[in-house]
Order: sequence, then C-alpha cells, then structure tokens
Amino acid sequence: MKARDLTDLALRNLREAVFRNALTTLGVAVGVASLVAMLSLGVGLQELASKRLSQSGLFDTILVTPKNSFRGGGRPQRDEQPGKPIRALDEDARKEIEKLPNVIEVYPQIRFFTEVRFNNKPFATVVAGMPESSKNSGSFDGMKGRFFSAPAANEAILQIEFAKELSEQPDSLIGQELILRYAERQALQPNAVGSAESSGGFSVVPKELRLKIIGVVETEPAAGYGGYGNARLLIPLQTAATLRAAQVNDLRDIVRDSAANKTTYASLSVRAKAPSQVEALEASIKNLGFNAFSLLDASKSLRTFFSVFDSLLGIFGTLALAVATLGIVNTLVMSILERRREIGVLKALGAADSDVQRLFFVEAGVMGLLGGILGVTFGWLLGRAVTYGTNVYLHRQNLNSIELSSVPWWLVLAALGFGVLVSLAAGLYPASRAAKLNPVDALRYE
Amino acid sequence: MNDTKIDAKLVPVPIPAIQLDHISRHYTMGASSVRAVDDLSLVVAQNEFLALLGSSGSGKSTLLNLIGGLDRPTSGSIVSNGQNIATLSSLDLARYRRNTVGMIFQSFNLLTRMTLEENVELPLRLAEVDRAERAGRVREALERVRLTHRLGHRPVELSGGEQQRVAIARALVNRPKILLADEPTGNLDSATGEAILTLLQEQTKYGMTIVMVTHERALAEKFADRLAIMGDGKLLSTSAARSLAQ
Repeated sequence: MKARDLTDLALRNLREAVFRNALTTLGVAVGVASLVAMLSLGVGLQELASKRLSQSGLFDTILVTPKNSFRGGGRPQRDEQPGKPIRALDEDARKEIEKLPNVIEVYPQIRFFTEVRFNNKPFATVVAGMPESSKNSGSFDGMKGRFFSAPAANEAILQIEFAKELSEQPDSLIGQELILRYAERQALQPNAVGSAESSGGFSVVPKELRLKIIGVVETEPAAGYGGYGNARLLIPLQTAATLRAAQVNDLRDIVRDSAANKTTYASLSVRAKAPSQVEALEASIKNLGFNAFSLLDASKSLRTFFSVFDSLLGIFGTLALAVATLGIVNTLVMSILERRREIGVLKALGAADSDVQRLFFVEAGVMGLLGGILGVTFGWLLGRAVTYGTNVYLHRQNLNSIELSSVPWWLVLAALGFGVLVSLAAGLYPASRAAKLNPVDALRYE
Repeated sequence: MNDTKIDAKLVPVPIPAIQLDHISRHYTMGASSVRAVDDLSLVVAQNEFLALLGSSGSGKSTLLNLIGGLDRPTSGSIVSNGQNIATLSSLDLARYRRNTVGMIFQSFNLLTRMTLEENVELPLRLAEVDRAERAGRVREALERVRLTHRLGHRPVELSGGEQQRVAIARALVNRPKILLADEPTGNLDSATGEAILTLLQEQTKYGMTIVMVTHERALAEKFADRLAIMGDGKLLSTSAARSLAQ
C-alpha cells in the first residue's frame, strides 16, 4: 500500500476510537512533557549557573599577587625560593602580563577602607575601583540607576546594605551626593625628613571628593577570585587610581623597602579570553615570578555535577515515558483484538503482512508524534510555570527574577524524535502480532 | 460416488482455471488430527460456475480458503491461473489474493466505519492503483451490481442484499479472474438470495470463474454449471447442474 493511503487509513482508524486513542496520546504527551520539563529545568539551571559564573568572572579571571604577599593567616609562602629576589607587582609587571597571549585586560585591585560623609554623618566602608569592563560582566544586572557615565567620572554606586545605612529609602539616594574622605598618599619632599627619598616613605594627607550617587546594586558584585567583593561603595577604577589613596600594602612596602618610589599593587586581576585558556595563562604568570590563582578546577567539577544532574532528571522523565509506552502497547493490542476481523478482511482483499504491520506502525507513530508535540508544549508550559512560580517567590524576597527553565531547539527535536521512536518501539509487538494473524482465524472471529 | 472421468465427459474442461491435485489440509487439535480436506483432486474450468455443496464440517469452506490463498494445504498442489499457489511466498500469496481472486462472504465483511465507496475502493488501495483511476473503477464495479446511488452510505444503512452487492462490487473491483463465494446467500431471504446469485451468474459473461460454497442445493442447481459434493473432507461426487442437464 502507498504511504499516503496507509496514512489515510491509519488516521481513519485513530479517529474511529478517538477517545481511547486520545487518552493514549495524552499518556505519551505526559511522558514527553515530564521529560522535557525535567531536562528544561536541568538545562535552564545549567545555563543560569554558567551565565552567572562566567559573568562573575570566577572562571576566566586569574588573581595575581607578588610572591611576598600574605595569603591570609600568616602562612609561609610554599613556593618562595630562598635567595631569589622577589618581583614587585608594579606597572612594569602589569604591562608584561598584559602582553601575554589570550589576555583581555589586567587591572589592579584598588580597595581601601575609609569614611564617607552623607548628610554630615560619618559612615565607615570599603571603597573599590571598578574596571570599565565590569559594566558588561553581569555584575550590575538588575541594578537600580545606571552604570558610571565615564571611566573617570566622580560617581558612586552603592551596595544595597550600605545604601540602607545611609537612608531608609535607598532608591531616593540616586542623584544625591556624598563626600568620600580618604588618605592621599603623597611622596615626601626630598629635604623634608632626612633620607626619605631612599626609604620610599610618603606622607598621608586627608582629602575629600564629592561623588554623585548614580546607582544602587542589589547583589554584591564580584569579579573573580579576590575581586571587588565586600566593597560597599563602588567608584570607577580610574577615579580610584587618581585618588592615590593609601592602601594596606603601602605600609608593608615601606617596611620592606622593596618598591622604592614605584607604585605597587596588592594584586592584579587578569581576565583571559576564555576559561579554557586560564590554565596555560596561569602557568605563564607563575613563570614571570608571581603567585597566580584561579577557580578552574571548581569549574570542571561543576560541569561534571550538571552532567550527572541532567542525567538524573532525564532518567525520571524517561520513566514517565516508559509508563506511556505501556499505554501504547495496551491500546494497540486491544485494537488488534477489536479489529481482528478487519485485519482478516484486509488480508483476504490482498493486504500483505507488511501492509498490516505498517498500518499499526503508522498508528503508533502518529500517536507518538502527536503525543510528542503536545508533550513538548506541556513541558515548555510546565517549565514556564515553575519559572513563574519561582520568580513570584523571588520577588517577594526582594530578589531578581531568573530564567529557571530553558527549552533549546535540540531538546524540542530530541523530545519529538524520542516520542516517535518510543511509540514505534511500543508498536513493534502489536504490529508484528497483527501481521502474523491467520486470515482464516481472523475472519471467523466475531 | 461419481467418478471424475464420467464428470469430464459431462462437462468438457478445455482450459482449467483451477486444478487441485491431491490436496489435503490437516489440523492438529490437541492430541487429535482433523482432516478438513483429505486427498482431494478437482479441476474447475475457465468461465465455469461451480457450486460446492456438503453438510457442515464437510470441508467446503476450508477448500474455498485454500483456493483463495487464505490458507495453505498440508500437501498437494493448487494450480490457479497457471501458478502453484501452494508454494508461493507469503508476499506472493497476498499478491495472488489481491489480483487473481475476489472473495465474498456470508456475513459480507464490509468495514462498518467506511462508506460504501471506500469499502469498494479498499482493494484498489492495496493494489496501489492510481488515485485518478480509482473513482472510475469503483463506479464500474458498482454499476455491475446496480448500486451507484448510495456511494456515501455506510454499510449499516444498507439492507442485507445491498450489503452483499457491495461485497460483490468490492470483490470485482480489481477485475479478478476467479470469484470465490462462501455462503453468499446464507444471511439473505430467498428472493434476495436469488437476486444475488443472478448477479454472480452474470459475472461469468465477463469471463469469470466462480466457485461458490453453499448448502442450498436448489439454488445451486438453478444457478451453477456444476455441483461438487463434499463429505468428510473428500470429494464425494461432481455433476452437472439440473438446469444445465435439462
């Protein structure tokens, strides 16, 4: 029988027992829907995590520190080699690292503890310089107000908790001004105090800077390991650099007399083009004589975790589809019993075994395809519903909305294909049973 | 029992349409074996209308199924339209049923969810006849049974006689050479039964060979050319129909 006639006949058969076939199709749809919903949540969560992590710069950023820096807790440096001079992390080193392959940017961590005056009241906080690149890093997604208008603008973005300290209505702060009071580091005059020049000493001069509040950021921005987390007042990096504010490492450098008059950095953040290049870049930086840290290994474990997570979700979805498969087998076997005489008539009229087999196959396939289409739609709706519900909850908690589920094209096609394949597999036994039916026995059946 | 040689003298068989040679069909039912058809030989000439008579369980329907390619003999050969269908593959046997024979049944066996037109069209679909040609062929078959005015009706909306006429049209639509009828008047009143057999008899004008199973001897004698009597799976006798003898 020609494919078109076969399909016509199969559709007619399906229409005849429309209620039962619709229920079976619905069973397939539920199976496919659960598979799609589960995987869409898995994919969505993975995309969400990957996006957040890549935006945060955790996996494409390397934190570079000089070998004589403290890693906290006063632990001794393991890779420090006695007798070998320690390289200072200064501007020359910054330029050298910048020239390494696959480096997007190298910027210093400028961060200092200081005082802010607002409405003539003092507030203590940590100030951090933000590189221009942080604008597109996702750190400021969902912020109120806007990002800095220029790389050296006298503008400030407040972290929400700090903003709440300044005002009960943080949003109202946008557009107002605050005064940043800081200690400017000034090189000592040559004849001021004895041998100041040779000691690299400096004087500290209190200064003030008026900053316009232009935004409030809900979540604490982060830019990689050791990035600008914990800072509650954010200003452009160039503005921060021109302040020459005294930082923690300044005093240490004087004591160590390592950098003379040169400006040194406590740490530099190096952004690689892609997380895959971090490992090689990290090694190159270490070869230059600095400490380098990245969270690449954590990224690998995370990917492994999501692969296992997706597989588990997929297994749950597949179980639902397996139940639906039994429904198809049941429907088609029942259909054979009911249509036994019809199969006999078809055979008496000259239908080959393969014609009967294909007829049942097409019926199973059509149910699978329709079930697949419905299932993908249901699954997508289910994913949307879960996302909607989650976002309602997040809004109530004053948190930003997220995209929890994702149904990429490959998932749509895979779910449809899977629905049809599983249905065809379910139709295998009934179709073969129908094809093998003895026409004489079938015609005798009442 | 009449000898088939005598039979050959009564009705000359110039070119056989069907030649059954020592065919048997045995079934196993539990421990016992049933000989539904037992070493039977018979020749049906082209354009002949043969009636198979016999009591219930005599094996006449089994014989008809064997000729129709619905069943296979345990032994012996069935040469129909020049080919031994006992040795055909399953696919070739389906092709034989599709193109060489047409079958009608006591209970009509029309597909109830299809219209009259769709029922008659079904063998054309199976034979992969072009869609453009089908409507004409369906109309031609329905004209032969004088039932062109109810194309869109479903079988349940027709009388028993009309349903059997549709079944005949369905059997004729692929222009088979052999028409096999299993108790075609069994579910009909006598007047309708006669009308149906008149219709069958007409088909011999188109060069068709007909083998009909019936237990109504009077009707068989009136319409068939020859009667074959079966008992216990064997051919007991063959004779020319009374109408023909007269």
